[in-house]
Amino acid sequence: MGLDFTVVPAYLDTILIGVLWTIAITVCAAILSFFGGILLAVIALYAPWFLRLPVRFFAWLFMGTPLLLQLFLIYFGLVQLGIDLPAFVAGVIGLGLHFAVYNSELIQTAILAVDKGQMEAARTLGCSRSQALRKVVIPQAVRDVIPPIGNNMIALLKDSALVSVIGVSELTLSSQLAIGRTYRPFEFYAVAAVFYYIVNLGMEAVMRRIERKTSLSR
Amino acid sequence: MTEAHKFVDIRHAQKAYGDLEVLKDISLTVDRGEIVAIIGPSGSGKSTLLRAINDLDSLTGGEVWLDGVQINKNLPYRQYEKHINAMRQQVGMVFQHFNLFPHLSVRDNVTMAPKLLKGLSDKEADKLAEEQLNHVGMLERIDYYPSQLSGGQKQRVAIARALAMQPKLMLFDEATSALDPELVEEVNLVMKRLAEEHMTMIIVTHEMDFAASVCDRVIFMDKGVVVEQGPPSVVFQNPTEERTKEFLRKHLAQHHAQNAAEAAALTAAQTNEGAK
Repeated sequence: MGLDFTVVPAYLDTILIGVLWTIAITVCAAILSFFGGILLAVIALYAPWFLRLPVRFFAWLFMGTPLLLQLFLIYFGLVQLGIDLPAFVAGVIGLGLHFAVYNSELIQTAILAVDKGQMEAARTLGCSRSQALRKVVIPQAVRDVIPPIGNNMIALLKDSALVSVIGVSELTLSSQLAIGRTYRPFEFYAVAAVFYYIVNLGMEAVMRRIERKTSLSR
Repeated sequence: MTEAHKFVDIRHAQKAYGDLEVLKDISLTVDRGEIVAIIGPSGSGKSTLLRAINDLDSLTGGEVWLDGVQINKNLPYRQYEKHINAMRQQVGMVFQHFNLFPHLSVRDNVTMAPKLLKGLSDKEADKLAEEQLNHVGMLERIDYYPSQLSGGQKQRVAIARALAMQPKLMLFDEATSALDPELVEEVNLVMKRLAEEHMTMIIVTHEMDFAASVCDRVIFMDKGVVVEQGPPSVVFQNPTEERTKEFLRKHLAQHHAQNAAEAAALTAAQTNEGAK
């Protein structure tokens, strides 16, 4: 039995809707991971111990366990505690927090690498420490860390396939749906791969634009 | 505060890192409108003293007063932060390495603190930025980023940024030491202009010519103490202390050597040019 890609067009709308869900979940999780990453970094570096310690424990938990398990825990596990999240929301939270932890590691390093003259200059103008962090140090740290965060975001896009297992009908799950109907796994997985790649290229283009836009301010 | 007070009053300033005493019981005063240069070999404590004035480096003993208010008051942390932030708004500081904010335009470098701390509107802040940048001759570069400026231009913007907070006192920490020789003059001119406007300035510098031409008083520090102070004509031409004489001699020799080396390099370059 050879390959037959003529079965694909009939399911293209299913696949394309899957692509849209993949983009939606990736964008939402990316935003959460970005701002969550900044927040976690600031807490890890500057918050009092009663905030810092729980956050460190949380980070350790998210870095030390499989993302798949985290998704199961958030989607299926939390129901037992009376928290019944829609699959999409659970997916965004799981992916977003997971990558927020990774982003936070990057941002922490970048914050510490900002020249200490920057903090001094802001303080001599009369800014408080938190004002100096907010207006001077953190924007520079974030700017410096855009390229590696971009890499994390591409990893996030690829890992978004995992949310298919909790029933978000994104690209991977839509492909499986089509396969279930046609028994043509190679064709549909190959098509899915092509779409992932295209979305990936789009994301890289966006990251490059952001990098270019911030290049003047170095 | 009815009793007469000195504008800047440093009383028994001491600073030690463990056993290492950087400042050994320094007392000095500066009048309003006075321009004071602090000179001395590196490691003499002059920068530390300057940075102690706005508590960037905290003293381990002694007091610093500005216009009748103690800067390094002993207060609980939160109260102290509030107090020191208010004090620092009155003290401008210019650093050797400029420390401009690279992620902000020249305009935003100048307006950031006035907007944040004095609640200026965008319009008021823009007007202020234009005034201050015009004052240092950097108005045309208002929408540039620091990375697009030369060192001299950066330092002029840094001065404008400090002045935008309308400080009572300006501190200069080797403001021209990191500049290429040909860029020093433009910064010196700005500082001279400030001097003519009677801004109170304390200037840590290695430039004796500048100190001699601009300052009312020169303070020579060595090993954490003030060795000698007086008008530039006295300290530079007729120093009484042996250490001052030695420092000036060495400095002058170095200066000459440097000039000679530069002249030699120039001649060599010209010869090469001619040979081509």
